[in-house]
Amino acid sequence: MNEWLYVGLFFIVGLIIPVGAIGVAWILGPKKSNPIKLTTYECGIETVGDSWVQFKAQYYIFALVFLVFDVETVFLFPWAVRLGQQGLFAVLEGIVFVAILIAGLVYTWRKGMLEWA
Amino acid sequence: MNFWNDPLKIVADWLTGIFTGWGMPAVIAGVLVAFIGTLLLITVLMVLDIFLVWLERKVVARFQDRLGPNRVGLFGLIQPFADIVKLLIKEDTTPEGADRVVYNLAPILSMMSVLILWAIVPLAPVMLGVDLNVGLLYIIAAGAIGTLSIIMAGWSSNNKFATIGAFRQVAVMVSFEIPMVAMLLIPTIFAKSMGMNGIVQAQNTWYVILSPLGALIFLIAAIAELGRAPFDMAEGESELVSGYNIEYSGMKFGMFYAGELLHALTFGGFWAILFFGGYRFFGLEKVSPFLAVIILLAKALVGYWAIMWVKYTMMRIRIDHMLAFNWKFLTPLSFVLLMVTALLNALLAGTPGWVYVIGMFLSNVLVAWIALEIVRSVGRKERVKAEAPKPALSEVERVAAEVHH
Repeated sequence: MNEWLYVGLFFIVGLIIPVGAIGVAWILGPKKSNPIKLTTYECGIETVGDSWVQFKAQYYIFALVFLVFDVETVFLFPWAVRLGQQGLFAVLEGIVFVAILIAGLVYTWRKGMLEWA
Repeated sequence: MNFWNDPLKIVADWLTGIFTGWGMPAVIAGVLVAFIGTLLLITVLMVLDIFLVWLERKVVARFQDRLGPNRVGLFGLIQPFADIVKLLIKEDTTPEGADRVVYNLAPILSMMSVLILWAIVPLAPVMLGVDLNVGLLYIIAAGAIGTLSIIMAGWSSNNKFATIGAFRQVAVMVSFEIPMVAMLLIPTIFAKSMGMNGIVQAQNTWYVILSPLGALIFLIAAIAELGRAPFDMAEGESELVSGYNIEYSGMKFGMFYAGELLHALTFGGFWAILFFGGYRFFGLEKVSPFLAVIILLAKALVGYWAIMWVKYTMMRIRIDHMLAFNWKFLTPLSFVLLMVTALLNALLAGTPGWVYVIGMFLSNVLVAWIALEIVRSVGRKERVKAEAPKPALSEVERVAAEVHH
């Protein structure tokens, strides 16, 4: 049997269980809704405006750096699996590859972009 | 081959025989048997999850010199069931301003992202869902769904606390994923395989001995990935009340909570599988698959206990310190460690096993020592700069300061 079919089954059952739990709670729970109950919780203070406004995403640069490193690691996995057969040359190539990316990290760092501000 | 040696196959063959006996095509029977197996495993996990609630409460109570739940049933074991009944009969609410679809989908995805991780966990040599040859990449991909569920919950609640909490949480999760992924590469290098079962089978020496620093970095990154203290800025009760899940109540909150606990156990399990030999324990796993499952579960619980120990001992770290710790220390360190490991793996190839083990161990100690020395000297410089006497004030400034007072 195809192993990805099994993973697919896991996705389906993994969805059914929480949906079932929440569904049962929905059926069993009382339904006495009122406008006050459904207001946004802000420690008793009335909410001003909604929160879907322009928001300063401090981690924008982090997310960009993350993207670079995450793509890099996808390339490194096959390299790591075959490392034993390839000898020293593959290792040195890997080091050069990582060094280039670390240089990028150092550049970001020196530019002061790794500060949460 | 009898039931005690390969229970899954016996039961699966038996069920398939019954289903095909009813005139069902073999393909559909196979899918149905797999479906039943999946349902069974996930049900067992959910029951385990219920006991994790009890375990977590009991352990935190002990850390805080309390007794914890001890009234309902023996040692309070029935307590979590009472809690579940309470969650089930609570009203299901969706705040007025929320995005209904996204809001209700987030807790489901949060739970699902944890449950699907168990598809690849090797419970015993013959008891495993599926041995994907890209198992480690699957872990990363499934973890991304968890990150997604948090940003979904935070954004859709239309609550400022929730939005800020989700933003912080996602910043931490994407940051600490880098050292975690780098540390996943170290067992891959040792085992020459990305499959979980391959990694366990190749671990004649526990990888924690070959790479103690790698195991430590993986644990730190895993705790940050879980969003547990000391990396729980996203929840910061004193400022954000509860962070991304503030608007959730009843079973929807229960899904987030149960998901978090099971996630912690799962990462305890991954720690055990990648660095502590998984289900292997001095040949005991060959006696019976059931024994192997118990060994893996015991190791996972030890890992879970380590995660709890850290959680209830450490203070919360400020978000900028947390990210600086990751990007300026952990990420460079993990890549240096990875490269040293790869280099030594090539240089020590062909040497006797004990030379390889000792060489790897010493290189880890050396890398850790050098890293700590660098941090210490940088810290000393910073402190000297901060403690340096301020330059003497000029006459004008002195007068100005006095007038100001």
